[in-house]
Amino acid sequence: MNDFWNWGFAWKVMPLLAEASLKTITITLTGFSIAIVLGLFLALGRRSNFAWLSWPSAAFIEFVRSTPLLIQAYFVYYVLPNYGIVLSAMTAGVIAIAIHYACYTAEVYRAGLDSVDRGQWEAITSLNISSKRAYRSIILPQAIRPIVPALGNYFISMFKDTPVLSAITLVEIMQQAKNIGSETFRYLEPVTMVGVFFLIISIVCARAIRHLEQKLEQVR
Amino acid sequence: MSNCAVISSERSFGPKVRGAAETKPMVRFSNVTKRYGGLTVLDGLNLEITPGEKVALIGPSGSGKSTLLRMLMTLESIDGGLIEVDGTPLTHEKNSVGELVLASEKYKRSVRSKIGMVFQSFNLFPNMTVLGNVMEAPVYVLGLTKDEARERALQLLDMVGLSEKIQHYPAQLSGGQQQRVAIARALAMRPKIMLFDEVTSALDPELCGEVLNIIRQLGEQHSLTMLMVTHQMGFAREFADRVCFFNQGRILEQGPSEEFFEHPKEKRTQEFLSAVTEAS
Repeated sequence: MNDFWNWGFAWKVMPLLAEASLKTITITLTGFSIAIVLGLFLALGRRSNFAWLSWPSAAFIEFVRSTPLLIQAYFVYYVLPNYGIVLSAMTAGVIAIAIHYACYTAEVYRAGLDSVDRGQWEAITSLNISSKRAYRSIILPQAIRPIVPALGNYFISMFKDTPVLSAITLVEIMQQAKNIGSETFRYLEPVTMVGVFFLIISIVCARAIRHLEQKLEQVR
Repeated sequence: MSNCAVISSERSFGPKVRGAAETKPMVRFSNVTKRYGGLTVLDGLNLEITPGEKVALIGPSGSGKSTLLRMLMTLESIDGGLIEVDGTPLTHEKNSVGELVLASEKYKRSVRSKIGMVFQSFNLFPNMTVLGNVMEAPVYVLGLTKDEARERALQLLDMVGLSEKIQHYPAQLSGGQQQRVAIARALAMRPKIMLFDEVTSALDPELCGEVLNIIRQLGEQHSLTMLMVTHQMGFAREFADRVCFFNQGRILEQGPSEEFFEHPKEKRTQEFLSAVTEAS
């Protein structure tokens, strides 16, 4: 059983891994979509002039950023049922990873918003423009340039963190590889293939982000 | 120190003769105090400005003149005293039992609409065209239709001589042009009071003139009340009805501009004026 790479075996387990890879991709896309929206609200909350909003937002962001994703996932999947909230592994996993990364994207937004010149806010005040309108038409369009590449990096980072969710019985691509390994005692092919899957997608995404970044440079 | 050539216009300046019945002041500062930490920037300041009056605020940096404008625009909070605009408190509002308490954000929004401001660093919105900059607030604050706002904007941009540049972005304009857009943008809100905070300080000397000419033109054509912080003594003298000299958070000396520059009374004022004249 100790022979080197076996193409036949690799080919045989390919469909199983491909199927699980769809789950990994779904988790990443859903989780990230939630994270970038939730993160924006957290960032705006943290910047709010109202202490009842800014303080809890800041505390939440710092708490989540200072604890491991694994513990948060355990909490959502294994602890919440004690309080009557029973979620499937998929839902729990997406929620955990989305909240975790929302707190990172919140800091990205915050840095982006802070990078907008203070004079812009003074002009906004002097023209009596509401802050809601100001964010939409003036502040966010200017903040987007530093935000996009940073968000892209977190997207890749999140994608590579999805195997953590195998710990809450979520059968994403890494868990599938482990299952194959434990049934067949062959880990080499499935684990290598999983590695290659992450490698290819990460590189493609990094390229795409770089491209987008250059596009943003050209604008204006 | 930048020095702009001020093209003297034919018309004679100096305090304008106003009707005998002095109306209520357009702006009134009563015992206004502002502190940054332990530093007192404005120290129990009193100042009244009549409608249509053009006032130049001069003095060394850190003397509180810009802070005064910024407080009037509600960009800075107030630590003591009261500011009234057009007979209405700006910094305070009446609570349910009729006592004056510090104004809420909502209240300030309703009162500060009478005031427009032009900044040293222009502060145009870089992601919008010139036309977009001028139309934004009339549409989204005053509720004008796009057509009405466009018409208003085009008229103002014509006045500041930028009809050709309406589709340009701020980064494509010179500093002087950007500042003229900023003036048009503020005027589009039809303020009663215009504040100019060192509006030529960031400009190349040769570009100052075009901005000062617009301000001069405004002073002639409108019944606008204008407050201007400036380091350009020539322009202050020619343009303002009254000059206030700030020193250490107080108005040390003030008077009609000709008189002020011809015969400054205080020693500190004389020192300042001669130092500024030498520098330029």
